[in-house]
Amino acid sequence: MKRRHVKLSLLFLGLAFAVFLFPGSAAAKEKYFDRSGRLIVVDEPAANLLRTYDIKDRPPEKQFPVPPAPFSEGIFPCSDCHADMAPNPKRRKLTEYHENIVLNHAEGQRWCLDCHNLNDRDKLRLVSGEVISFDESYRLCGQCHGDKYRDWKVGVHGKRIGNWNGDKEYLLCAHCHNPHDPKFKPLKPLPPPVRPDEIRP
Amino acid sequence: MSEKTSCCKKGFRASRRTALKGIAAGVGMLALPPSNASASIWETFFQKNFRELSKEELLATLKRLEKEYSKEFGKEVKVKATPHIEGVTFGYGLDLSRCIGCRRCVYGCVAENNQSRDPQIHWIRVQQLDKEKGVDLAHAEQYYNPDLVPEEGHFYMPVQCQQCRQPPCVKVCPVQATWPERDGIVVVDYNWCIGCRYCMAACPYGARHFNWKKPGLPAEELNPDTHYLGNRPRYVGVVEKCTFCIQRTREVPGRYPACEEACPVGARKFGNLLDPDSEMRYLIENKRVFIFKEDLNTQPKFFYFYAT
Repeated sequence: MKRRHVKLSLLFLGLAFAVFLFPGSAAAKEKYFDRSGRLIVVDEPAANLLRTYDIKDRPPEKQFPVPPAPFSEGIFPCSDCHADMAPNPKRRKLTEYHENIVLNHAEGQRWCLDCHNLNDRDKLRLVSGEVISFDESYRLCGQCHGDKYRDWKVGVHGKRIGNWNGDKEYLLCAHCHNPHDPKFKPLKPLPPPVRPDEIRP
Repeated sequence: MSEKTSCCKKGFRASRRTALKGIAAGVGMLALPPSNASASIWETFFQKNFRELSKEELLATLKRLEKEYSKEFGKEVKVKATPHIEGVTFGYGLDLSRCIGCRRCVYGCVAENNQSRDPQIHWIRVQQLDKEKGVDLAHAEQYYNPDLVPEEGHFYMPVQCQQCRQPPCVKVCPVQATWPERDGIVVVDYNWCIGCRYCMAACPYGARHFNWKKPGLPAEELNPDTHYLGNRPRYVGVVEKCTFCIQRTREVPGRYPACEEACPVGARKFGNLLDPDSEMRYLIENKRVFIFKEDLNTQPKFFYFYAT
């Protein structure tokens, strides 16, 4: 008698779980297990509850006046070669072409096609999957380097040429930082000033 | 003493007092330009302080200077006297976390502002300091010359005229040849400066430089676009200093100073402190800013900051 009750109650529990937890209508619900193992279901994901800004009506990214990206001679547009090559998404070390590009920038965590778009090589891709042009490459760098991106937008990071109260030209990140090897190499300094005792009368 | 009484036989009779007066007057006449000198030398001699010139006198002065310089250098030189722009106070920002001490700004300034090449004058001086000791000027090195910069463990601080709001150099000038303009730039009237160098002693930043000799400026390196109070070729015996490229920044639209455009790492920022949208306002409101020798209360418009 007890066994049948236990079996029935287990069956009932199983059905209840199936009805309440698995259907597709629970798309927006988040499930957590608290410390005692109890299941908690909430309507809104925690990220939405914690966010303080609006993502639905976000204004589009501002465009900046930048000169064209500093490509190597003849390398762009990439689709000249890549249009009739089958895309190979397998992560590997390149041996035939582009082997001179050695990635020295988070090379353990990613490879070429994490930034370059697989199907249209004339474009770059963001982490969200959005495809952007090379003229907007600052958005790609800004994904990880957000503080530099914010400073660059205002004019505090990086070089600006032109007029302080008029048209300025913003340089792309890639104009100063090689995206595959961004660390600045040391420069030879220009000559020091002449010492006063070395000035001939 | 033997009596020399033979003076009055042939020559004229003059008392000692009269003789001394005559000699003094004669020596005084030597100070004026000779009568056969060109008109421009007479005009230069009697030119008033820049601030007292009327509009016509100013135009005539500029024309005279253009003629003199064009003749001296053999190319067309323009001297303008662009006034300040209303509602503008210039500020300069220098990113100490980015400067690598390459001195491109020093030589960019020299090319733009017609400094003497021999004897050498640099308006910007880059100090190499120890990261561990911070801004310790007793151990600063300005004659560093390694193969590559930046050197390990050092940071670099370029120093130029800080365009102070309470400039000690202006306070001590005995002839008022230097004054702060409405847009904040402290300027020197090279035709009024007497070369006493009090301002050089007063400046705590060592930002003023003196022309001990006639400036050695080759004609092919001259920048012909000049400003009266800025980068026009100087004379022997006058003091000069950074003017925030007054000939570039006062144009409409104003251009960036030469040092900012020469910097390869973008460590220099320039703008209008009164404009709430400018990069200068953003950086003094949001970054860690430090004033050089703040304890002297010169209130400079040159802000050293750390972007990181």
